[in-house]
Amino acid sequence: MLAKLGMYLQYPFVRYALMVGVLIALCSSLLGVTLVLKRFSFIGDGLSHVAFGAMAIASVLNLTNEMLLVLPVTAISAILLLRSGQNAKIKGDAAIAMISVGTLAFGYLIMNIFSTSSNLSGDVCSTLFGSTSILTLTPREVWLCAVLSIMVVVLFVLFYNKIFAVTFDEDFSKAVGTKAESYNLLIAIIIAVIIVLAMNLVGSLLISALVIFPALSAMRLFRSFKGVTVCSALLSVVCAFSGIIISILAGTPVGSTIVAVDVLAFAICCLAGRITGGA
Amino acid sequence: MALLTIQDLSLGYDSHKIVKDLNFSVNAGDYLCIVGENGSGKTTLMKSLLHLQDPISGQILAGDGLKANEIGYLPQQTVVQKDFPASVREIVLSGCQGRCGLRPFYNKEEKQLAAENMRRMGVMEFANRCYRELSGGQQQRVLLARALCATRKLLLLDEPVSGLDPKVTIDMYHLIKDLNSEGITIIMISHDIATAVRYASHILHIGSTTFFGTTQEYRKSDVGNFFIAQEGGDGNAC
Repeated sequence: MLAKLGMYLQYPFVRYALMVGVLIALCSSLLGVTLVLKRFSFIGDGLSHVAFGAMAIASVLNLTNEMLLVLPVTAISAILLLRSGQNAKIKGDAAIAMISVGTLAFGYLIMNIFSTSSNLSGDVCSTLFGSTSILTLTPREVWLCAVLSIMVVVLFVLFYNKIFAVTFDEDFSKAVGTKAESYNLLIAIIIAVIIVLAMNLVGSLLISALVIFPALSAMRLFRSFKGVTVCSALLSVVCAFSGIIISILAGTPVGSTIVAVDVLAFAICCLAGRITGGA
Repeated sequence: MALLTIQDLSLGYDSHKIVKDLNFSVNAGDYLCIVGENGSGKTTLMKSLLHLQDPISGQILAGDGLKANEIGYLPQQTVVQKDFPASVREIVLSGCQGRCGLRPFYNKEEKQLAAENMRRMGVMEFANRCYRELSGGQQQRVLLARALCATRKLLLLDEPVSGLDPKVTIDMYHLIKDLNSEGITIIMISHDIATAVRYASHILHIGSTTFFGTTQEYRKSDVGNFFIAQEGGDGNAC
Protein backbone atom coordinates (compact mmCIF):
# COMPACT_ATOMS: atom_id res chain seq x y z
CA MET A 1 0.00 0.00 0.00
CA LEU A 2 2.86 2.36 0.86
CA ALA A 3 4.45 1.59 -2.47
CA LYS A 4 1.18 2.44 -4.18
CA LEU A 5 0.98 5.68 -2.25
CA GLY A 6 4.59 6.50 -3.13
CA MET A 7 3.79 5.94 -6.75
CA TYR A 8 0.82 8.27 -6.62
CA LEU A 9 2.85 10.94 -4.87
CA GLN A 10 5.17 10.98 -7.91
CA TYR A 11 2.41 12.71 -9.85
CA PRO A 12 2.36 16.47 -9.41
CA PHE A 13 -1.46 16.64 -9.46
CA VAL A 14 -1.63 14.44 -6.37
CA ARG A 15 0.83 16.69 -4.55
CA TYR A 16 -1.13 19.77 -5.62
CA ALA A 17 -4.36 18.22 -4.37
CA LEU A 18 -2.82 17.45 -0.99
CA MET A 19 -1.36 20.92 -0.64
CA VAL A 20 -4.52 22.75 -1.62
CA GLY A 21 -6.69 20.42 0.43
CA VAL A 22 -4.72 20.95 3.61
CA LEU A 23 -4.57 24.72 3.16
CA ILE A 24 -8.29 25.03 2.56
CA ALA A 25 -9.09 22.79 5.50
CA LEU A 26 -6.90 24.96 7.72
CA CYS A 27 -8.57 28.21 6.62
CA SER A 28 -12.12 26.96 6.84
CA SER A 29 -11.65 25.56 10.33
CA LEU A 30 -10.22 28.83 11.69
CA LEU A 31 -13.41 30.76 11.12
CA GLY A 32 -15.63 27.78 11.77
CA VAL A 33 -15.44 28.38 15.51
CA THR A 34 -16.63 31.96 15.13
CA LEU A 35 -19.41 31.02 12.72
CA VAL A 36 -20.76 28.19 14.85
CA LEU A 37 -20.80 30.45 17.91
CA LYS A 38 -22.46 33.29 16.04
CA ARG A 39 -25.21 30.84 15.01
CA PHE A 40 -24.18 31.01 11.38
CA SER A 41 -23.38 27.34 10.88
CA PHE A 42 -25.22 27.23 7.61
CA ILE A 43 -23.60 30.28 6.07
CA GLY A 44 -21.12 28.00 4.32
CA ASP A 45 -23.94 26.20 2.59
CA GLY A 46 -25.77 29.41 1.68
CA LEU A 47 -22.70 31.17 0.34
CA SER A 48 -21.52 28.16 -1.61
CA HIS A 49 -24.83 28.15 -3.44
CA VAL A 50 -24.34 31.82 -4.19
CA ALA A 51 -20.93 30.93 -5.57
CA PHE A 52 -22.55 28.16 -7.60
CA GLY A 53 -25.05 30.63 -9.07
CA ALA A 54 -22.28 33.09 -9.87
CA MET A 55 -20.23 30.33 -11.45
CA ALA A 56 -23.17 29.40 -13.67
CA ILE A 57 -23.45 32.98 -14.84
CA ALA A 58 -19.70 33.16 -15.40
CA SER A 59 -19.67 30.03 -17.51
CA VAL A 60 -22.62 31.27 -19.57
CA LEU A 61 -20.84 34.58 -20.14
CA ASN A 62 -17.79 32.53 -21.13
CA LEU A 63 -15.53 34.37 -18.72
CA THR A 64 -11.98 33.05 -18.84
CA ASN A 65 -11.40 33.69 -15.17
CA GLU A 66 -14.47 32.72 -13.17
CA MET A 67 -12.95 33.94 -9.91
CA LEU A 68 -13.32 37.57 -10.97
CA LEU A 69 -17.08 37.28 -10.83
CA VAL A 70 -17.56 34.57 -8.24
CA LEU A 71 -15.45 36.08 -5.48
CA PRO A 72 -17.01 39.57 -5.38
CA VAL A 73 -20.56 38.23 -5.62
CA THR A 74 -19.96 35.78 -2.77
CA ALA A 75 -18.26 38.44 -0.67
CA ILE A 76 -21.18 40.84 -1.11
CA SER A 77 -23.66 38.13 -0.11
CA ALA A 78 -21.59 37.28 2.95
CA ILE A 79 -21.51 40.92 4.01
CA LEU A 80 -25.26 41.28 3.56
CA LEU A 81 -25.97 38.10 5.52
CA LEU A 82 -23.70 38.91 8.47
CA ARG A 83 -24.75 42.55 8.63
CA SER A 84 -28.42 41.82 8.76
CA GLY A 85 -27.85 39.21 11.45
CA GLN A 86 -28.80 41.32 14.43
CA ASN A 87 -32.04 43.22 13.91
CA ALA A 88 -33.18 42.45 10.40
CA LYS A 89 -36.79 41.82 9.50
CA ILE A 90 -35.77 38.43 8.09
CA LYS A 91 -33.69 36.61 10.70
CA GLY A 92 -30.29 35.04 10.04
CA ASP A 93 -31.33 31.43 9.44
CA ALA A 94 -34.26 32.37 7.21
CA ALA A 95 -32.11 34.80 5.21
CA ILE A 96 -29.47 32.12 4.65
CA ALA A 97 -32.09 29.57 3.61
CA MET A 98 -33.61 32.06 1.18
CA ILE A 99 -30.35 33.02 -0.47
CA SER A 100 -29.14 29.43 -0.51
CA VAL A 101 -32.15 27.92 -2.22
CA GLY A 102 -32.77 30.92 -4.46
CA THR A 103 -29.29 31.10 -5.94
CA LEU A 104 -29.06 27.34 -6.32
CA ALA A 105 -32.26 27.32 -8.34
CA PHE A 106 -31.21 30.27 -10.48
CA GLY A 107 -27.77 28.80 -11.06
CA TYR A 108 -29.22 25.55 -12.29
CA LEU A 109 -31.85 27.34 -14.37
CA ILE A 110 -29.27 29.49 -16.10
CA MET A 111 -27.00 26.51 -16.73
CA ASN A 112 -29.92 24.58 -18.15
CA ILE A 113 -31.14 27.31 -20.50
CA PHE A 114 -27.86 28.67 -21.78
CA SER A 115 -25.45 25.82 -21.35
CA THR A 116 -23.29 24.90 -24.31
CA SER A 117 -21.99 21.75 -22.66
CA SER A 118 -23.35 18.39 -23.71
CA ASN A 119 -22.88 16.85 -20.28
CA LEU A 120 -25.00 19.20 -18.17
CA SER A 121 -25.77 16.94 -15.24
CA GLY A 122 -22.09 16.02 -15.07
CA ASP A 123 -21.15 19.71 -14.87
CA VAL A 124 -23.70 20.42 -12.17
CA CYS A 125 -22.70 17.36 -10.21
CA SER A 126 -19.03 18.27 -10.20
CA THR A 127 -19.77 21.84 -9.13
CA LEU A 128 -21.97 20.65 -6.30
CA PHE A 129 -19.88 17.73 -5.10
CA GLY A 130 -16.46 18.80 -6.39
CA SER A 131 -15.93 15.30 -7.70
CA THR A 132 -12.66 15.60 -9.54
CA SER A 133 -11.77 19.26 -9.88
CA ILE A 134 -9.19 19.10 -7.10
CA LEU A 135 -7.26 16.56 -9.16
CA THR A 136 -7.24 18.79 -12.21
CA LEU A 137 -5.70 21.89 -10.62
CA THR A 138 -3.20 23.88 -12.62
CA PRO A 139 -0.03 25.24 -10.97
CA ARG A 140 -1.48 28.75 -11.29
CA GLU A 141 -4.57 27.77 -9.31
CA VAL A 142 -2.41 26.14 -6.68
CA TRP A 143 -0.41 29.34 -6.28
CA LEU A 144 -3.51 31.50 -6.09
CA CYS A 145 -4.95 29.18 -3.48
CA ALA A 146 -1.72 29.16 -1.47
CA VAL A 147 -1.44 32.95 -1.48
CA LEU A 148 -5.07 33.47 -0.46
CA SER A 149 -4.83 30.83 2.28
CA ILE A 150 -1.72 32.40 3.73
CA MET A 151 -3.47 35.79 3.69
CA VAL A 152 -6.44 34.32 5.54
CA VAL A 153 -4.22 32.73 8.19
CA VAL A 154 -2.17 35.92 8.68
CA LEU A 155 -5.29 38.09 8.96
CA PHE A 156 -6.83 35.66 11.41
CA VAL A 157 -3.76 35.59 13.64
CA LEU A 158 -3.39 39.38 13.57
CA PHE A 159 -7.03 40.00 14.44
CA TYR A 160 -7.48 36.94 16.65
CA ASN A 161 -8.13 38.92 19.84
CA LYS A 162 -10.54 41.28 18.12
CA ILE A 163 -12.42 38.45 16.45
CA PHE A 164 -12.78 36.74 19.81
CA ALA A 165 -14.03 39.93 21.46
CA VAL A 166 -16.53 40.73 18.72
CA THR A 167 -17.83 37.15 18.66
CA PHE A 168 -18.23 36.94 22.41
CA ASP A 169 -19.93 40.27 22.96
CA GLU A 170 -20.52 42.67 20.11
CA ASP A 171 -22.22 45.33 22.24
CA PHE A 172 -19.40 45.46 24.75
CA SER A 173 -16.85 45.74 21.95
CA LYS A 174 -18.68 48.64 20.40
CA ALA A 175 -19.08 50.30 23.79
CA VAL A 176 -15.33 50.29 24.43
CA GLY A 177 -14.62 51.69 20.99
CA THR A 178 -13.82 48.62 18.88
CA LYS A 179 -15.14 49.03 15.38
CA ALA A 180 -17.23 45.86 15.48
CA GLU A 181 -18.74 46.55 12.05
CA SER A 182 -15.34 46.60 10.39
CA TYR A 183 -14.42 43.31 11.99
CA ASN A 184 -17.71 41.74 10.96
CA LEU A 185 -16.96 42.95 7.44
CA LEU A 186 -13.49 41.40 7.63
CA ILE A 187 -14.96 38.11 8.85
CA ALA A 188 -17.50 38.16 6.00
CA ILE A 189 -14.85 38.75 3.35
CA ILE A 190 -12.58 36.04 4.73
CA ILE A 191 -15.50 33.60 4.74
CA ALA A 192 -16.30 34.42 1.12
CA VAL A 193 -12.68 33.82 0.10
CA ILE A 194 -12.58 30.51 1.97
CA ILE A 195 -15.80 29.30 0.40
CA VAL A 196 -14.78 30.12 -3.13
CA LEU A 197 -11.50 28.31 -2.47
CA ALA A 198 -13.19 25.34 -0.85
CA MET A 199 -15.57 24.85 -3.77
CA ASN A 200 -12.65 23.35 -5.67
CA LEU A 201 -12.07 20.83 -2.96
CA VAL A 202 -15.36 19.49 -1.73
CA GLY A 203 -17.85 21.24 -3.97
CA SER A 204 -20.51 23.60 -2.78
CA LEU A 205 -22.74 21.08 -1.00
CA LEU A 206 -20.12 19.86 1.44
CA ILE A 207 -18.50 23.15 2.41
CA SER A 208 -20.62 23.49 5.54
CA ALA A 209 -19.14 20.24 6.78
CA LEU A 210 -15.63 21.57 6.34
CA VAL A 211 -16.54 24.71 8.26
CA ILE A 212 -18.51 23.28 11.18
CA PHE A 213 -17.26 19.76 11.92
CA PRO A 214 -13.74 20.61 13.15
CA ALA A 215 -15.13 23.44 15.29
CA LEU A 216 -17.83 21.28 16.85
CA SER A 217 -15.38 18.42 17.46
CA ALA A 218 -12.90 20.76 19.13
CA MET A 219 -15.63 22.20 21.35
CA ARG A 220 -16.22 18.73 22.80
CA LEU A 221 -12.63 18.61 24.01
CA PHE A 222 -11.50 22.12 24.90
CA ARG A 223 -12.87 24.86 27.08
CA SER A 224 -10.91 27.93 26.07
CA PHE A 225 -11.29 29.80 22.82
CA LYS A 226 -7.63 29.43 21.99
CA GLY A 227 -7.74 25.69 22.71
CA VAL A 228 -10.79 25.21 20.53
CA THR A 229 -9.33 27.23 17.66
CA VAL A 230 -5.97 25.45 17.64
CA CYS A 231 -7.56 22.03 18.05
CA SER A 232 -10.08 22.60 15.28
CA ALA A 233 -7.33 23.75 12.91
CA LEU A 234 -5.24 20.65 13.66
CA LEU A 235 -8.20 18.31 13.39
CA SER A 236 -9.28 19.82 10.12
CA VAL A 237 -5.81 19.50 8.60
CA VAL A 238 -5.42 15.90 9.75
CA CYS A 239 -8.90 14.94 8.50
CA ALA A 240 -8.40 16.60 5.11
CA PHE A 241 -4.98 14.99 4.67
CA SER A 242 -6.13 11.50 5.58
CA GLY A 243 -9.36 11.99 3.61
CA ILE A 244 -7.45 12.80 0.43
CA ILE A 245 -5.01 9.89 0.92
CA ILE A 246 -7.88 7.46 1.51
CA SER A 247 -9.76 8.73 -1.51
CA ILE A 248 -6.69 8.26 -3.71
CA LEU A 249 -6.01 4.76 -2.43
CA ALA A 250 -9.62 3.60 -2.40
CA GLY A 251 -10.71 5.55 -5.45
CA THR A 252 -13.58 7.28 -3.63
CA PRO A 253 -14.78 10.87 -4.32
CA VAL A 254 -12.47 13.35 -2.55
CA GLY A 255 -15.06 15.67 -1.02
CA SER A 256 -17.32 13.06 0.49
CA THR A 257 -14.35 11.08 1.83
CA ILE A 258 -13.00 14.13 3.67
CA VAL A 259 -16.40 14.82 5.18
CA ALA A 260 -16.77 11.18 6.20
CA VAL A 261 -13.44 11.41 8.02
CA ASP A 262 -14.61 14.65 9.67
CA VAL A 263 -17.78 12.95 10.89
CA LEU A 264 -15.75 10.08 12.27
CA ALA A 265 -13.45 12.53 14.07
CA PHE A 266 -16.49 14.25 15.55
CA ALA A 267 -17.80 10.95 16.90
CA ILE A 268 -14.42 10.17 18.46
CA CYS A 269 -14.22 13.65 20.02
CA CYS A 270 -17.74 13.28 21.45
CA LEU A 271 -16.75 10.01 23.04
CA ALA A 272 -13.47 11.43 24.35
CA GLY A 273 -15.31 14.44 25.74
CA ARG A 274 -17.75 12.16 27.58
CA ILE A 275 -14.95 10.11 29.08
CA THR A 276 -12.93 13.11 30.28
CA GLY A 277 -16.10 14.61 31.70
CA GLY A 278 -16.29 17.56 29.34
CA ALA A 279 -19.33 19.13 27.73
CA MET B 1 -18.47 70.09 34.65
CA ALA B 2 -20.47 66.89 35.00
CA LEU B 3 -19.17 63.56 33.73
CA LEU B 4 -22.23 63.14 31.53
CA THR B 5 -24.83 65.74 30.67
CA ILE B 6 -28.01 64.70 28.91
CA GLN B 7 -29.99 67.43 27.20
CA ASP B 8 -33.50 67.11 25.74
CA LEU B 9 -32.88 63.50 24.83
CA SER B 10 -35.57 61.59 22.94
CA LEU B 11 -35.17 57.91 22.23
CA GLY B 12 -37.01 55.23 20.32
CA TYR B 13 -37.13 53.04 17.28
CA ASP B 14 -38.25 54.09 13.79
CA SER B 15 -39.36 57.56 14.94
CA HIS B 16 -41.62 56.01 17.57
CA LYS B 17 -40.58 57.83 20.72
CA ILE B 18 -40.28 55.80 23.91
CA VAL B 19 -38.49 58.41 25.99
CA LYS B 20 -39.15 62.12 25.51
CA ASP B 21 -37.17 65.22 26.45
CA LEU B 22 -34.95 63.71 29.09
CA ASN B 23 -32.63 66.01 31.03
CA PHE B 24 -30.17 64.91 33.67
CA SER B 25 -26.51 64.95 34.57
CA VAL B 26 -24.14 62.54 36.26
CA ASN B 27 -21.21 63.80 38.33
CA ALA B 28 -18.03 61.92 39.13
CA GLY B 29 -18.63 59.61 42.09
CA ASP B 30 -22.40 59.42 41.67
CA TYR B 31 -24.37 56.18 41.95
CA LEU B 32 -27.33 56.59 39.63
CA CYS B 33 -30.09 54.02 39.43
CA ILE B 34 -32.37 54.01 36.43
CA VAL B 35 -35.74 52.55 37.32
CA GLY B 36 -39.02 52.24 35.45
CA GLU B 37 -41.52 49.75 34.13
CA ASN B 38 -40.70 47.15 31.49
CA GLY B 39 -40.56 48.73 28.05
CA SER B 40 -40.05 52.22 29.45
CA GLY B 41 -36.75 52.49 27.55
CA LYS B 42 -34.15 51.81 30.25
CA THR B 43 -31.95 49.62 28.09
CA THR B 44 -32.47 51.91 25.09
CA LEU B 45 -31.28 54.83 27.21
CA MET B 46 -28.20 52.89 28.28
CA LYS B 47 -27.39 51.93 24.71
CA SER B 48 -27.62 55.59 23.74
CA LEU B 49 -25.27 56.57 26.56
CA LEU B 50 -22.83 54.04 25.12
CA HIS B 51 -23.32 55.37 21.57
CA LEU B 52 -24.58 51.98 20.43
CA GLN B 53 -27.78 53.58 19.23
CA ASP B 54 -28.46 57.07 17.95
CA PRO B 55 -30.99 59.20 19.79
CA ILE B 56 -33.90 60.69 17.82
CA SER B 57 -33.02 64.12 19.15
CA GLY B 58 -31.07 65.73 21.95
CA GLN B 59 -27.49 65.47 23.09
CA ILE B 60 -25.25 63.39 25.31
CA LEU B 61 -22.26 65.45 26.39
CA ALA B 62 -19.22 63.96 28.06
CA GLY B 63 -17.21 66.11 30.46
CA ASP B 64 -14.19 65.79 32.74
CA GLY B 65 -12.14 64.45 29.86
CA LEU B 66 -14.22 61.28 29.64
CA LYS B 67 -13.49 59.50 26.39
CA ALA B 68 -15.95 57.19 24.67
CA ASN B 69 -13.69 54.19 25.20
CA GLU B 70 -13.31 54.81 28.92
CA ILE B 71 -16.74 53.49 29.79
CA GLY B 72 -17.09 50.04 31.30
CA TYR B 73 -20.24 48.17 30.37
CA LEU B 74 -21.92 45.14 31.91
CA PRO B 75 -24.55 44.06 29.40
CA GLN B 76 -27.33 41.58 29.94
CA GLN B 77 -26.16 38.10 29.05
CA THR B 78 -26.92 36.87 25.56
CA VAL B 79 -27.88 33.36 24.49
CA VAL B 80 -24.61 33.02 22.58
CA GLN B 81 -22.53 33.51 25.72
CA LYS B 82 -24.26 30.72 27.62
CA ASP B 83 -22.39 28.00 25.71
CA PHE B 84 -19.36 29.92 24.57
CA PRO B 85 -16.08 28.02 24.96
CA ALA B 86 -13.85 30.66 26.49
CA SER B 87 -11.73 30.74 29.62
CA VAL B 88 -12.30 33.40 32.26
CA ARG B 89 -8.87 34.88 31.57
CA GLU B 90 -9.64 35.33 27.86
CA ILE B 91 -12.91 37.09 28.62
CA VAL B 92 -11.48 39.46 31.22
CA LEU B 93 -8.56 40.27 28.94
CA SER B 94 -10.98 41.22 26.17
CA GLY B 95 -11.96 44.17 28.37
CA CYS B 96 -8.62 45.71 27.39
CA GLN B 97 -9.47 45.74 23.69
CA GLY B 98 -10.28 49.46 23.77
CA ARG B 99 -6.72 50.23 24.90
CA CYS B 100 -5.15 48.27 22.08
CA GLY B 101 -6.44 50.23 19.14
CA LEU B 102 -5.04 48.49 16.10
CA ARG B 103 -2.28 46.67 17.97
CA PRO B 104 -3.08 43.00 17.45
CA PHE B 105 -1.93 41.53 20.76
CA TYR B 106 -2.28 42.41 24.43
CA ASN B 107 0.87 43.63 26.16
CA LYS B 108 2.22 42.84 29.61
CA GLU B 109 0.59 45.85 31.23
CA GLU B 110 -2.85 44.82 29.99
CA LYS B 111 -2.36 41.25 31.15
CA GLN B 112 -1.45 42.58 34.58
CA LEU B 113 -4.51 44.80 34.60
CA ALA B 114 -6.68 41.80 33.78
CA ALA B 115 -5.08 39.75 36.57
CA GLU B 116 -5.54 42.61 39.02
CA ASN B 117 -9.22 42.94 38.19
CA MET B 118 -9.75 39.19 38.41
CA ARG B 119 -8.31 39.27 41.94
CA ARG B 120 -10.42 42.32 42.78
CA MET B 121 -13.60 40.49 41.74
CA GLY B 122 -12.50 37.23 43.37
CA VAL B 123 -12.46 35.18 40.18
CA MET B 124 -8.70 34.61 40.00
CA GLU B 125 -9.12 30.99 41.10
CA PHE B 126 -11.31 30.36 38.03
CA ALA B 127 -8.90 32.05 35.59
CA ASN B 128 -8.44 28.94 33.47
CA ARG B 129 -11.92 27.55 33.93
CA CYS B 130 -14.52 27.69 31.19
CA TYR B 131 -16.96 30.57 31.47
CA ARG B 132 -20.04 28.47 30.80
CA GLU B 133 -19.26 26.13 33.72
CA LEU B 134 -19.46 28.94 36.28
CA SER B 135 -22.53 29.83 38.31
CA GLY B 136 -24.61 32.90 37.45
CA GLY B 137 -23.03 35.03 40.16
CA GLN B 138 -19.50 34.01 39.17
CA GLN B 139 -20.26 34.80 35.52
CA GLN B 140 -21.46 38.28 36.46
CA ARG B 141 -18.28 38.89 38.46
CA VAL B 142 -16.20 37.82 35.44
CA LEU B 143 -18.09 40.29 33.23
CA LEU B 144 -17.66 42.97 35.90
CA ALA B 145 -13.90 42.32 35.94
CA ARG B 146 -13.93 42.71 32.16
CA ALA B 147 -15.81 46.01 32.44
CA LEU B 148 -13.26 47.24 35.00
CA CYS B 149 -10.46 46.55 32.52
CA ALA B 150 -12.11 49.05 30.20
CA THR B 151 -12.57 51.88 32.70
CA ARG B 152 -11.39 53.59 35.84
CA LYS B 153 -14.16 56.16 35.80
CA LEU B 154 -17.61 55.08 34.73
CA LEU B 155 -19.46 51.75 34.85
CA LEU B 156 -22.78 51.13 33.16
CA LEU B 157 -24.63 48.09 34.47
CA ASP B 158 -27.72 46.63 32.81
CA GLU B 159 -29.66 44.66 35.45
CA PRO B 160 -26.56 43.08 37.00
CA VAL B 161 -28.55 40.86 39.38
CA SER B 162 -31.19 39.42 37.06
CA GLY B 163 -31.37 35.66 37.48
CA LEU B 164 -29.20 35.56 40.62
CA ASP B 165 -30.32 34.01 43.90
CA PRO B 166 -30.98 36.33 46.89
CA LYS B 167 -27.67 35.84 48.67
CA VAL B 168 -25.60 36.32 45.52
CA THR B 169 -27.75 39.35 44.66
CA ILE B 170 -26.83 41.02 47.97
CA ASP B 171 -23.14 40.18 47.45
CA MET B 172 -23.32 41.71 43.99
CA TYR B 173 -24.89 44.94 45.32
CA HIS B 174 -22.19 45.17 47.99
CA LEU B 175 -19.51 44.68 45.36
CA ILE B 176 -20.95 47.47 43.22
CA LYS B 177 -21.25 49.75 46.26
CA ASP B 178 -17.59 49.08 47.11
CA LEU B 179 -16.54 50.01 43.59
CA ASN B 180 -18.53 53.23 43.93
CA SER B 181 -16.78 54.00 47.24
CA GLU B 182 -13.46 53.56 45.43
CA GLY B 183 -14.49 56.46 43.21
CA ILE B 184 -16.01 54.78 40.18
CA THR B 185 -19.17 56.40 38.94
CA ILE B 186 -22.01 53.91 38.59
CA ILE B 187 -25.05 54.03 36.33
CA MET B 188 -27.23 50.99 36.88
CA ILE B 189 -30.51 49.78 35.49
CA SER B 190 -32.63 47.99 38.04
CA HIS B 191 -36.22 47.10 38.50
CA ASP B 192 -35.74 46.47 42.15
CA ILE B 193 -36.72 49.87 43.55
CA ALA B 194 -36.18 48.90 47.19
CA THR B 195 -32.48 48.20 46.64
CA ALA B 196 -32.16 51.15 44.30
CA VAL B 197 -33.16 53.58 47.03
CA ARG B 198 -30.97 51.78 49.56
CA TYR B 199 -27.71 52.03 47.60
CA ALA B 200 -28.02 54.78 44.98
CA SER B 201 -27.24 58.42 45.46
CA HIS B 202 -29.45 59.51 42.57
CA ILE B 203 -32.55 58.05 40.96
CA LEU B 204 -33.77 58.45 37.40
CA HIS B 205 -37.31 57.19 36.98
CA ILE B 206 -38.54 56.90 33.40
CA GLY B 207 -41.84 55.70 32.06
CA SER B 208 -45.29 57.17 32.52
CA THR B 209 -43.78 59.81 34.80
CA THR B 210 -40.23 61.07 34.70
CA PHE B 211 -38.23 61.90 37.80
CA PHE B 212 -34.61 62.80 38.33
CA GLY B 213 -33.03 63.76 41.62
CA THR B 214 -31.24 62.51 44.69
CA THR B 215 -32.53 59.46 46.51
CA GLN B 216 -33.86 61.63 49.38
CA GLU B 217 -35.84 63.73 46.95
CA TYR B 218 -37.19 60.56 45.32
CA ARG B 219 -38.41 59.20 48.64
CA LYS B 220 -40.35 62.42 49.22
CA SER B 221 -41.76 62.69 45.68
CA ASP B 222 -45.19 61.36 44.72
CA VAL B 223 -43.89 58.96 42.08
CA GLY B 224 -41.21 57.69 44.45
CA ASN B 225 -43.66 57.16 47.31
CA PHE B 226 -46.05 55.34 45.04
CA PHE B 227 -43.47 52.92 43.66
CA ILE B 228 -41.62 52.33 46.93
CA ALA B 229 -44.93 51.54 48.63
CA GLN B 230 -45.90 49.19 45.82
CA GLU B 231 -42.56 47.43 45.93
CA GLY B 232 -42.87 47.03 49.70
CA GLY B 233 -46.34 45.57 49.20
CA ASP B 234 -44.96 43.08 46.70
CA GLY B 235 -42.23 42.13 49.13
CA ASN B 236 -44.76 41.41 51.88
CA ALA B 237 -46.91 39.39 49.53
CA CYS B 238 -43.96 37.14 48.81
